[in-house]
Amino acid sequence: MSETDALDSVVSQPYKYGFKTEVEYEEFPRGLNEDIIRMISEKKGEPEFMLEFRLKAYRNWLKMEEPTWPNVDYPPVDYNNIIYYSAPKKKPTLDSLDEVDPAILETYEKLGIPLNEQKLLQNVAVDAVFDSVSVATTFREKLAEAGVIFCSISEAVKDYPDLIKKYIGSVVPANDNFFAALNSAVFTDGSFCYIPKGVACPMELSTYFRINNEESGQFERTLIVAEEGSSVSYLEGCTAPMFSKNQLHAAVVELVALDNAEIRYSTVQNWYSGDKNGVGGIYNFVTKRGICKGVNSKISWTQVETGSAITWKYPSVILQGDNSIGEFYSVAVTNDKMQADTGTKMIHLGKNTRSTIISKGISAGESNNSYRGLVKIGKKADGARNYSVCDSMLIGDQCGAHTFPYIESANSTASIEHEATTSKIGEDQIFYLQQRGLDEENAVSLIINGFVKEVFKELPMEFAVEATKLLSIKLEGSVG
Amino acid sequence: MLQIKNLHANVDGIEILKGINLEIKAGEVHAIMGPNGSGKSTLSKVIAGHPAYEVTEGEILFEGTNIEDLDADERARMGIFLAFQYPVEIPGVSNSMLMRQSYNAMRREHGEEELDPLEFDDYVRGKLDLVEMDPKFLDRSVNDGFSGGEKKRNEILQMAVLNPKMALLDETDSGLDIDALRIVSDGINKIKSKDKGVLLVTHYQRILNYITPDFVHVLKGGRIVKSGGKELAHQLEDQGYEEVVEAK
Ligand SMILES: Nc1ncnc2c1ncn2[C@@H]1O[C@H](COP(=O)(O)OP(=O)(O)O)[C@@H](O)[C@H]1O
Ligand SMILES: [Mg+2]
Repeated sequence: MSETDALDSVVSQPYKYGFKTEVEYEEFPRGLNEDIIRMISEKKGEPEFMLEFRLKAYRNWLKMEEPTWPNVDYPPVDYNNIIYYSAPKKKPTLDSLDEVDPAILETYEKLGIPLNEQKLLQNVAVDAVFDSVSVATTFREKLAEAGVIFCSISEAVKDYPDLIKKYIGSVVPANDNFFAALNSAVFTDGSFCYIPKGVACPMELSTYFRINNEESGQFERTLIVAEEGSSVSYLEGCTAPMFSKNQLHAAVVELVALDNAEIRYSTVQNWYSGDKNGVGGIYNFVTKRGICKGVNSKISWTQVETGSAITWKYPSVILQGDNSIGEFYSVAVTNDKMQADTGTKMIHLGKNTRSTIISKGISAGESNNSYRGLVKIGKKADGARNYSVCDSMLIGDQCGAHTFPYIESANSTASIEHEATTSKIGEDQIFYLQQRGLDEENAVSLIINGFVKEVFKELPMEFAVEATKLLSIKLEGSVG
Repeated sequence: MLQIKNLHANVDGIEILKGINLEIKAGEVHAIMGPNGSGKSTLSKVIAGHPAYEVTEGEILFEGTNIEDLDADERARMGIFLAFQYPVEIPGVSNSMLMRQSYNAMRREHGEEELDPLEFDDYVRGKLDLVEMDPKFLDRSVNDGFSGGEKKRNEILQMAVLNPKMALLDETDSGLDIDALRIVSDGINKIKSKDKGVLLVTHYQRILNYITPDFVHVLKGGRIVKSGGKELAHQLEDQGYEEVVEAK
């Protein structure tokens, strides 16, 4: 077997989460207009301010253009041919798993996320979002004892309207960009976390997103608020069935860290990425942004991007509080015809703010993998520091890796360091490991695991294990 | 143990090895000497099964088996070890993890139980002394940021761990200062035994003061142009390749 074949078999693994669950749906008619938005808001029993927020976003969106600057290529999306609300018919009350459709519980079991608290990892609470709605949130009582609120955003809108009103759209304004505006108009669910003053959240919080319906889009919205001196680690995972059509996923995530608060946000993204020829797969157009509002606060994004036909995503941090810290650790793997344009923005506003960017891109097949990052230093950000490393690894010679680092500095006391490397998995590295008795496939996966190690070590334990497994699923294969 | 018969090999369509004949028996140390570019590294890589080199004629037998169709990892698991002239760096992969995976691959091959990380740690620490290496090298990435000498020692450490039947040492002496040369040579001497073969590639006779070869071969232009006992090495050192080879 030639070396290229081995590499191929190592990186081209069948997608294991591609099954579809048969459930009965309640769906809204296709298309988008003010009536649909009113229906969504009414369905969810939202207060008036939320409907206003949606309608304003929608009216803005109508005037906006889909961005064309990302280094990705796709046929135009027909926004009027999407179903904006799709929920399993059996509407569970979220306090009891008994009322969740067994088919859905089984789905999460199959995905390795049992929602039964006895079976769950003891220190991870899960909010499970199935198409447009949250179907279950675990460990709510235990979290409530610590004063932590963890629930679906739909519930939060009803139960904690003041918090929602204060923070929603405060980091990602409804008119921020085309996809954020769309999300603000039609978001159907997502998670809300609120960590009160001085509380270190006693468990990891996690949301598991599953797109099941072929015709619907998923527009979820996550809001995390960490009050003074609090801390939380949040995990996000996602999968979807294999369909020959593309599904749109346009999420918004907002993080707010007040004085001395710390938020760690980790994602393992494994949406279906389409088949070998690029048919099907998720369009993942996501706006994620955090603000270090308070002094000495810290926001850390870690993402492992292994799926989606197209990824368009720049988890960012606005470093407003003095001495605040922003971090971005990313591994993006593309294969076949996948396209990823991902990176981060670090906006330094406060004094002595620091940011670190570690980006590792792995491209295989005929895929295209771009890093796009902005480091912006404001006038008042005396002593701000940024350190960026951007490494790309190419597997085979049909793929592309691109780096677009942008730097804008308005303060001469700032220091910005950027390093970038591109390497090809070398025949000599593989030979070296084979000479030590490892077969070709093991050799390749060892090299890749080494390449991503700096990022994986930032993941919480439970996730690091899952991510390593996921990478090896993508990387292991029958040689031959 | 290792028999090489009329071996011809190409890289990128260019013939580098032009008919090599060599037999190494268990317990023997053979030195291959020759000027730069004569094909010494090529010979060791061809024996180890580097995919870029194509054998066009002749054969290589290891313990009686023709290994032509075997991949490099299969040859390695049969007991062929190559200490590289230029060991590659593998960022993010710890030295001890690589050695454990390698060692366990060998054990699996022989139907033996794999060692868990703790057991392996005990085992590998016992080998560090052979090459006087600090345990901190176990946790560092394979060869990443190692000095030239440290890389060479690391190769010998790996050899000590894997305990191969046939060791191909490609210029393990180059880039070593005199102390390191002594340490590495001592290590090799301790590992070698009467049931192992050693092919020692070098272009200085320096290392042969520490490791006594049974045979010395001069490689030039892809052919062995002269063979002899250990005195041939001294002769080469005194008179130079040209004179010794011309005087045949
Ligand atoms: N990949 C390659 N492509 C072309 N020529 C090569 C390649 N590898 C080795 N050679 C050539 O083969 C000859 C022998 O090289 P090598 O075996 O490395 O010599 P030595 O180890 O004796 O110094 C040299 O002329 C070298 O340039
Ligand atoms: Mg050489």
